[in-house]
Formats: sequence, C-alpha cells, structure tokens
Amino acid sequence: MEFIRNFPFFSIMLSMFGGIVSPVLPERAAKWVNRAIITVVGALSLALLLYLLETGESYVYMMGHFPAPWGNEIRAGVLEAGMALFFCIIMLLSMLGGAHKLLTEVAAEKQNLYYILVNLLLSSLLALVYTNDIFTAYVFVEINTITACGLIMIRETGRTIEAAVRYMIMSLLGSGLLLLGLCVLYDLTGHLLMSNMREQVAYLAANDLYAMPLLVTIGLISSGLAIKSALFPFHAWLPDAYGYSTASSAAMLSSLVSKGYIFLLVKLIYRVYGFEVFHDSHIVNVLFVFGLMGMIFGSLSAIRENDIRRMVAFSSVAQIGYIFMGIGMGTQVAMVAGVFHILSHAATKSLLFISAAGLTDVSGGSRRFEDLTGAGYRDPWAGAAFTAGALSMVGVPLFSGFISKLLFAQAAVQNSGKMLPALIVLGISTILNAVYFMKTVIRLYTRVGAAEKSGRQFAGRKLYVAALIGFMILNVVLGVNSQPIVDMIGQGLGMFA
Amino acid sequence: MSKLKSREEYEKTGSFRFWRWLDGRRDPYVGQVEMKPQTPVETPELTIRERLRDSQAVRDKVYDIENNKSLNFFHRVYVLAAIVYCVGLAVILLAMVAYLPPTGEADRPVNNEVSARYIESGLQETGAVNIVTGMILDYRAFDTFGESNVLFAATTTVLILLHRKKKNQDGRVEELENDRLLEPKRDAILQGSATVLVPIIILFGIYVILNGHLSPGGGFSGGAVIGAGLILYLSAFGFERAEKLFTEKLYKTVSFAALTTYCLAKSYSFFTGANHLESHIPLGTPGAILSSGLIFVLNICVGMVVACTMYTFYVMFRKGDF
Amino acid sequence: MGNLFANYGEAVAMILFVIGFANLLLHKNLIKKIIGLNIMDSAIYLFLAQKGYIAGRGVPIVTDGVQSVEAYINPIPSGLVLTGIVVSVSVSALMLSLTIRLYRRYHTLDLDEISTLLKKEGV
Repeated sequence: MEFIRNFPFFSIMLSMFGGIVSPVLPERAAKWVNRAIITVVGALSLALLLYLLETGESYVYMMGHFPAPWGNEIRAGVLEAGMALFFCIIMLLSMLGGAHKLLTEVAAEKQNLYYILVNLLLSSLLALVYTNDIFTAYVFVEINTITACGLIMIRETGRTIEAAVRYMIMSLLGSGLLLLGLCVLYDLTGHLLMSNMREQVAYLAANDLYAMPLLVTIGLISSGLAIKSALFPFHAWLPDAYGYSTASSAAMLSSLVSKGYIFLLVKLIYRVYGFEVFHDSHIVNVLFVFGLMGMIFGSLSAIRENDIRRMVAFSSVAQIGYIFMGIGMGTQVAMVAGVFHILSHAATKSLLFISAAGLTDVSGGSRRFEDLTGAGYRDPWAGAAFTAGALSMVGVPLFSGFISKLLFAQAAVQNSGKMLPALIVLGISTILNAVYFMKTVIRLYTRVGAAEKSGRQFAGRKLYVAALIGFMILNVVLGVNSQPIVDMIGQGLGMFA
Repeated sequence: MSKLKSREEYEKTGSFRFWRWLDGRRDPYVGQVEMKPQTPVETPELTIRERLRDSQAVRDKVYDIENNKSLNFFHRVYVLAAIVYCVGLAVILLAMVAYLPPTGEADRPVNNEVSARYIESGLQETGAVNIVTGMILDYRAFDTFGESNVLFAATTTVLILLHRKKKNQDGRVEELENDRLLEPKRDAILQGSATVLVPIIILFGIYVILNGHLSPGGGFSGGAVIGAGLILYLSAFGFERAEKLFTEKLYKTVSFAALTTYCLAKSYSFFTGANHLESHIPLGTPGAILSSGLIFVLNICVGMVVACTMYTFYVMFRKGDF
Repeated sequence: MGNLFANYGEAVAMILFVIGFANLLLHKNLIKKIIGLNIMDSAIYLFLAQKGYIAGRGVPIVTDGVQSVEAYINPIPSGLVLTGIVVSVSVSALMLSLTIRLYRRYHTLDLDEISTLLKKEGV
C-alpha cells in the first residue's frame, strides 16, 4: 500500500493529538500549534486529493488489524479529500481573521481551551468526512456538538450562554433521533460499516423486507441531521449563537459545523441507503418543502433584522434551505448543486462574519445599522470584503453564489415535478437576498460626516486583512473556475456509490 | 477479684464504652462534631425584595396574556405543533416496532457473521476473555478513542463555564469560610465511614480496571468507581485535605499522560493494522492479568481519564476551583 | 399488529423515548429538560440492550473455554451501549454546568424568563 493512503488517518490523529497537547502548552505555543496543525492537515488533504484524482478511484483504510465487516474503517475518495482540504482552508482563514477579536473577547486564561476545542472540532469534522462506520459517525457528531457549544459560550456573556443552551437542546433532540435511527438500522442490517449496510439494504429493498422500518429510519436520520444543521423550523437557536459568539467561532459554526452534518447526511444517502432507495421514499419531498420554506422565511427574518451579525445569521437559515432543497429535489444534478452550495456558502458566510466583525469595530462596537453608516469608508478592507460577500450571496456573476444558483436552476429545469416551486422560490429568495444585502452595502457606503477618512490602516492588522483577501480569492476562484470543481464533486459522488 | 479487671481498666475497654453509649449516659457526638448550625449566606433583605420584585415583573411580562397576544398565539401554535409531532412520533415508532424482528430469537439480522466471529475467535485474536471489552477496545477501538475525546471535550467545556480564577489572599480566606456551606464539616460518622470506605472503594475501582479484560467492567466503570471514592473523600474531609491530594496540575498531568498514551498506542495499532505489518505486541495467556496486549494498557488509560473527569466535574459543580 | 406484543420491550423503549423527547422539547425548566434528555438516552440504551438479547444465552464473557455462538448473546449492542452512556454523561455534565451559570446570573431556571431578562439587559 502506498504511504500516501495513510494521510486521512494521519490528519484525524494529528488534529486530535493537537487537542490533547494544547492544555499543557503556553497560550502562544497553543495558538501556533493549532495553526500549524490546520496547515499540515490541509497540505495532507491536498496531496491526497491530487493522488486520488490521478488514480481515479476511492479506497478504504482499515483502522486496526481486522478487515470489514469486523473492524472499523475510514474511506477516502475525491469528494472526501476535497471537503477536508476545503474545511481546513476555511478554518485557517477564520482563525486568522478572528485572532484579534479572540484576544479581547475571550478571558486570557481560557484561550488555551479555545484551541483545544478548535483542534477537536477539526478532528471531528475530518472523522465525519472520512468515516465509513455509522457508530463512529455518531460519536464524532457528538464531539462536533460539544465543541461547537464550547465555541459559542467561550465568550462568556449572558447572551452566548443562553444561545448555547438553546443550541444544545435542539442539537440533543437531533442526536436522539439520529441515534435511534442508526440503532434501528443496525437492527435491520446487522452491520455497522456503511459498505456492508449498503449491500444489506439493497437486499432488503429488493425483497421488500422490513420496508416500513427502513422508511422510518430514513425519516429519523434525515430529520435528526436536519434539526442539527438548523433547517427552517428548527433554527430558533441560530441567530443568537452566530450573532453573539466571537467572530472566528461564528465563522466556523456557520460554515463548518452545520456543513459537517449535511455532508454526513449526503454520505449516508449514498453510502448506506443508495440513492435510489432514498429517492423512492417520500422523505425527499418533506426535505424539499422545508428547504423552500427556509429559503423564504429565513430571508424575511433577515430583512426585519436591525443587527448586522444577526442578519447574516438569518441569511444562513435561508442558505441551508437552499442546500436541503438541492437534496430534496432528488436528482444527481441537484445533489451536485447542493454539495457545491455547501462550498460556496461556507466560503461566503465566513467571509461575511469576519468582515462584519471589522465593521462593528470601527463603529464603536455597535452592530446596529444606524451606527454602521459609512463604516465602509472607515475600514475599507472590511467594507470591500463585506461587499464581495454580499454580491456572492445575491448571486452576481464572477462570485461563487452565482454558480450555485445557476446549478440549482439547471437542476430544477430538469426535474419536471418540482420545477415550478423550485424556480419560483429561487427567484423570490434571490430578490429578498438582494433587498437586505444591498440595503446593508448601500448603508456601509453612505457618507455621514464631510471629512471621513479611513482611520484603520493596513499595518497592525496584517493577519486580518490577509484572511479577508484569502476569503475573497476563494470566492472568486469558486465563481470563475467552477467547472473543474463541479466535475470533481460529480466524480466524488460517483465514487460514493 | 483477681480475674476481674479493676475499675480503671474496665473503663478503658470497648464494652464499657458500648454499654455506656447504649444507656445514653454519654453522647459520642459531644466534642466530636461541630454542632454549630450552618448559617446560610446572608443576603440583605433589600436585595431579596428587589430580586423578588424583578422576577415577578419578568414573570408578569412573560405570562402577560393581554399584552402578548401575538406572542402567546405563536407560543400556543408551537406547543400544539410540538405535541402533534410527539404523538405522531410515538405512533410511528410503535408501528415500526411491530415490524421489527422479534426480540430474543437467534434468527435475526443482527446475529450474523460479525458477532459470530467476535464470539468464536475473539479470545484468540484480542486475548480478552470479556468479549465486549475485546470488541470495544480492539475490533472497534476507533469509536472508543472518540468516546474518550467526548469526555475530554466535555471537561474542557465545563472548565470554560465554571472554572474561576484563584482569588487574592483575602478572597481565599473568605472562600474557606464559606466552604462549610458546601459540605458538613468534621462529621464523625461521615469521616469514620469514609476512612473505612474510601480505600476499599478505590481498591475496588483499581480491581475493576485491571480485570477489565477478564470480568465485567473495564476502564469506564472502574474509573467512575475511583471518581466516586475521591468525591467521598472530598465530602468527608473537606477541601483543604483533598487539595493536597488532587490539584489542577495533577489533573492536567494525568489526563494528558493517559490520553497521549492512548493516542500513541492506538495510532501504532491502526498504522500497523492498515499497512499489514506485524504489531509485535504479545497477547499473553488468556485469563492472566497481564494479557490481551494493548487492551490492558488502554483500560488503565481510560480509567485514569474517567476518574479525573468525574472528580473534576464534581469540583467544578461544587465551587469552580480545584 | 405484527410483532408488537412480542417486542414489548422495544415498545416500552419507544414510549420512554417519546416521553423524554417531549420533556426535552416542551418543558420550560432547564433541569426538567435535562431529565428528559437522560430519559431519552436511556430509552435508546434499553432498545439496544433488547437487540442484543437472545433467550437462554449467557453474558458474553468466555467461561470454561466455551467459544460457540450458541452460548452467548450478541456482544455488539452491549458495546454500543457502553459508548453511548459515556457520551450522555458528558452531554449531561455540559448541560448542567450551563444551567448553573445561567442560574447564578439570572436566578431562574425558566428559559423564557431568561430571554426576557436578556432583552432587558440589552447587550
């Protein structure tokens, strides 16, 4: 076996080890260890991605001395490696961009703990991406939940702790449903490894055995993961959690944590149920309807909001609606669009959160729109970055959001039954997006005083500006160079089957 | 008189004390227990009133039916939807149970080649007599590693929430004064039974951990038992003495050492397994204490982590400082 | 009705699950929510334990060198329960410490009241 095949295992263990080491290190060292680990894991994922593109096929990696179905496995394909690489990039940029806020918003003696949580979050995301075993997936879902809760409440204000409680309650409901679904599924198939379950599920479906419990498990697992990733009616915790936590936490929560669950759902759909079985159940229609509702109601709440961070958070509700609409459409093309939207939303939303932090900094710490007037002049870099993010969210060509809307529209046209509602809601949601994002951008560039000069200089904020530039480049790359990425997603989803 | 003890000698024997105690002539508590009733934290009456008024105001606002009509409506819709959802869930789940394979029968999908191999060759392949331990620490060890990290992550979050910085000297004295509110101080019965029980409990915990691969139990259960012993010690003898035994530094060292060992040992085993290399770890004679290779080491590591975690949870909930 | 009566253990587990779920969802009091969470998790472990049970077989610890499938119950669900219990302990500890923090600050366990107090603070 080639040595490069060990890389997924190395990435998971390395990030976990980083979490274990961090409490005994001094703060500065913990910070650099964290950055180094994210970079190294990103490099490993990149190498793996190139290798997999070259060989063109996925492989499974035994975790231990025992082969399937007895041992535990992880599995790597193009999509997994690409996701891992992408998650690392987003995480690194979020950490760099939020570093200065972290110093002021988190108590000095608790900074170490923040890096533990980030390392563990990375390891759990990697494990969710790579795992081939449903119970391992459940354990790492819980690590993901706990660390995300820690990231929310580490800025110890009343708001964040209340938000963390609400987040935990919703998450635990979701975990309960997910675990029950997985247990019933284990009862029906007798396996815990996805590949073996797949064979068994195909056998059951072909012989029409246990059809009703199988349908219920699909429902339990998809509703559990949908609740955890804040699909529309279950989003009550989201605005406070994203709106009041420290900047890098908000960026990571919105772009990584919820996406990890959605990726797991996609993986379960392909690797456990098989696309056909999942599609034949009517759960897809439920997801589709809730996705559509999320797209509209999320945007409506965002329009009414008078707080820039909460507005961006509500926009996340709408964007998660887009992804579930893609999954719910039930065609391969729509699935590719949904996965691409995971990438594009992650790149854009973290950019918006990080730049919003900079904009509030120059407005006396206030996040109200009236105080933010003209903030684009006071902090040109953050203003430009927010504008880029807003344009991407609205779906202006050259940015990533345009491509994902285009893909969704194409997918909708090919699906005769769901074309009309999907296209109509897509149109309405785009208009609503434009209303609240353009309103914000116009406000940012409205001059209030006559002699307003850019008070914040480049010097002293090199990391912040570098992170913003990195995010903007990422967005434009996704927008301009989309075809290879879309092909890669298609190839990766093909490898799932 | 020669065989009988003198009065002074007799008074020193246990039976004399026992009878005297039975007659009620002497109360063993006198002078042994701090009889002073524990005074609760004194809050000025004004503050209490203010707080009561505040909470009443809040309650009025929250449950104000007249002025919160729209909010109230949404709340009702939410509750109604939730109830409908729960009832629907119950019906669906019960209907599903009716279609599940029957309990207790051997001929079910779960009893397939996977469990058969665990039972039939688990002893030879893992060296563990306890098949469940062999399964969770060898066949499916990645789950268990994740699980220790769940505990680690939870401890980290609890530390974030409840850990307070050590106060300056004056504050420290005040805290020690308040300590008696948190647990009985110098309670003869508690201290006496703790003296007997704590070593037994901790020894039993160690036994459970060391025999994890031979009998029911293992790192998690044994660690929880040891944690309970430590908590009993803290409750009986107070914080000052427990602090000499268990400090934040010790917690950090132990959990770091245990988790690192776990991580490295498992990495080695995963790496050799995946690359089809010989692991060179002797499995020993099944049934002996020193057997079953890494499982023995891992059980000890898990036990240490769990014991520290349980104790830390207690200390944090108690007052937020080691 | 199928196997509903044969599977009465699972049926009980499902009813408990929904009770816990409803508690976690509907109660305003945080402590009761946490109790609901624990009921829900325990119900799942009860369900799993039922899955491993085979009538007339012993615990999966090799005794007297007997290593035949006919002698022991299925060990896998037991292992899953062990893992699950640790997860639920961790989550309960986290929830309880969040509750302690909120109570210290707002002197109430009612989430709605806490939200109102937060709005009053107007952070």
